[in-house]
Amino acid sequence: MGCPCDEKELTDKQKYKQLKEFINESKNKKGYLIPVLHMAQVIFGFLPPEVQNFVAKEMNTPVSVVTGVVTFYSYFKIFPTGRHTITICLGTACYVRGAKKIMEELEKKLGIKIGETTEDKRFSMGVQRCLGACGLAPVIMIDKDVHGRISAQKLDKILELYK
Amino acid sequence: MSKRSIAQVLVGIDGNTVLFGARKIKTKLITEMHKHGLSEQVQVIETGSIGPANQGVIIGVYPAGEMYGNITEEEVVEFVQERFVKGRPYKKLLLSEKLPAGIDLTAYDSRKTQYLGRIVLDNCGKINPEDIEEYIGMRGYEALGIILKEKTSEEVIKIVRDSGLKGRGGAGFPTGLKWSFTAKVKDTPKYVICNADEGEPGTFKDRLIMEGDPHKVLEGMAICGYAIGANTGYIYIRGEYQLSIQRLEKAIKDAEKLGLLGENIFGTDFDFQVKIKIGAGSYVCGEETALLTSMEGFRGEPRFKPPFPAESGFLAKPTNINNVETFANIAPIILNGAEWFKKLGTESSSGTKVYTVLGHIKRSGLIEVPMGVTLREIIYDYAGGMSSGNFKMTQIGGTAGNLLSSEFLDVPLDFQSLKEVGYSLGSGAVLIMNETVSVVDFIKCCMKFFVHESCGKCTPCREGTRYAYEILDKISLGKGKADDIESLKLLGESMKDSSFCPFGQSAPNSLLNSLSLFPEEYNNLLIK
Ligand SMILES: Cc1cc2nc3c(=O)[nH]c(=O)nc-3n(C[C@H](O)[C@H](O)[C@H](O)COP(=O)(O)O)c2cc1C
Ligand code: FES
Repeated sequence: MGCPCDEKELTDKQKYKQLKEFINESKNKKGYLIPVLHMAQVIFGFLPPEVQNFVAKEMNTPVSVVTGVVTFYSYFKIFPTGRHTITICLGTACYVRGAKKIMEELEKKLGIKIGETTEDKRFSMGVQRCLGACGLAPVIMIDKDVHGRISAQKLDKILELYK
Repeated sequence: MSKRSIAQVLVGIDGNTVLFGARKIKTKLITEMHKHGLSEQVQVIETGSIGPANQGVIIGVYPAGEMYGNITEEEVVEFVQERFVKGRPYKKLLLSEKLPAGIDLTAYDSRKTQYLGRIVLDNCGKINPEDIEEYIGMRGYEALGIILKEKTSEEVIKIVRDSGLKGRGGAGFPTGLKWSFTAKVKDTPKYVICNADEGEPGTFKDRLIMEGDPHKVLEGMAICGYAIGANTGYIYIRGEYQLSIQRLEKAIKDAEKLGLLGENIFGTDFDFQVKIKIGAGSYVCGEETALLTSMEGFRGEPRFKPPFPAESGFLAKPTNINNVETFANIAPIILNGAEWFKKLGTESSSGTKVYTVLGHIKRSGLIEVPMGVTLREIIYDYAGGMSSGNFKMTQIGGTAGNLLSSEFLDVPLDFQSLKEVGYSLGSGAVLIMNETVSVVDFIKCCMKFFVHESCGKCTPCREGTRYAYEILDKISLGKGKADDIESLKLLGESMKDSSFCPFGQSAPNSLLNSLSLFPEEYNNLLIK
């Protein structure tokens, strides 16, 4: 099975089929719920109730267990997100270096609050407590890129990079 | 001119520098050398973190020992021209003329004015972490070979115990003793787990150790496996640590190819396999029992102890869990002996400690210093002093750690001395703040972290963090009253006493410290 992102938009049916194949491969291994959910999020982009139900059924696990795991870890998303995800670090090292100002500035610029998505679906915004790049504080992450030593003035230029 | 290599340029490639284009700079260096016909004389080598974390891409030039920072792709052209064609130091970006120097790298005991060298980070920034031969060249896997051929598992545990090594993951539990617990249990299979979750804000030492010298961690784990009778090891690592994961995966493969991991290691009948488990983002999973629950695929909630992991850990089998830095100390201890290790550091705490030093200081980054170095020495000798303003306070050990005021500048940082003043050493984060930081705002920010990360299993932690945050918020907005301070104290004390796991027990640490060290900052904000 190739990487699901190789192909263009899959139909829902194909997506469920892909997920089912992955589950069948790993069904009897202990502790496989988390890797299965990782895969499901790669395939669907997020984990809506339908997908959680599907995983629960296929893995013979109560839905409550699946939902419990999904909501526990910050990596799993239950709402669709914009094309780009901005994560603002509010860990202590970033905080001391002025992360709160950056957050306020971004909220103003994009007109959304933490946890929301812009109307044009360009950006979603969230926070994290330490991205592990404290030497560069304050830090924001957009998709997989980390931008360090951010200042309010630099924001426009950085956002420009993400269409 | 003769055609052999006369100089080496080391490019520090770690999670920080990659963001500043370290890989592109390495490629550019190679093409520039080639352009000037220098490819044979000057070797461009990739290495792990060289130390500083706020100077962009860092490169070291050996044998001269110069260190350059903030190199950009455009700058490379001029740098190669000046440094290698004209042959003089490139002053513009020169950080230091003597590598390793000052803060950046060395365990330098200023009281004894004696060069002590590094243990954990000895190879970081010197060898190519992706080349197993280079690790072997630094006596890598020799310790494993020696114990497999010459020592019983009891002897290995005795060496580790005699060295006085204590866990570097926060709690400071004696490592040899911990190993002996798991070794004693008869049940099999047993597991070795390396805790690389490192979620504590302001801490990234484990990441740089894994990126800079992955084999040292693997070797430590294998030695532990032999000592306790385990044949499988897991590294539980944060999902964000992509580069560490890549380098560890490569290191495992390379070691297996050479028979240094896998089956029949060094031709003996000892097998040891290492696998990687990737976390999904939750701070509490760093706590060892929560880590086990998470590895088994559930919500990472802590379990009740006893039974301890030594008896009933991963999949209810005997399990030994140590921190990355703890494992990285093992091979050097075996090679040099317990006595050697005890000579470093203090009476209660042998060896060195790796810190990440951050905040309002001139040079932030990774340092390895002997146990017992004081905060004052860290700030003024290693970190080059304050970058702006005056020293106000420090938080050591991350958000769950303690807050210190200037009174504590001369307390030796080791397990015992801190315990005597009611503090603990924690994870190795040292966050230094000047007077621009408001105590109440800072503590509020820390509490927000706990509200967010509390796993919700027990009430004192789940409700306590939330309630404490609300009171702090109220005070910071100028709406607090005198009895709010009393409530905060009471709340903090009860969380400490009644939370289920060390997460909730340590959440109010900094809050309580701040109330006793900086009462006036709270009082000034209260409604009179
Ligand atoms: C909330 C919490 C988070 C922790 N996070 C980590 C961590 O990220 N890395 C770590 O090695 N230990 C962490 N610990 C400590 C572990 O529970 C455990 O003591 C440690 O991994 C043991 O290794 P050591 O004996 O080598 O120190 C944490 C503890 C608590 C209570
Ligand atoms: S606190 Fe922001 S990256 Fe660590």
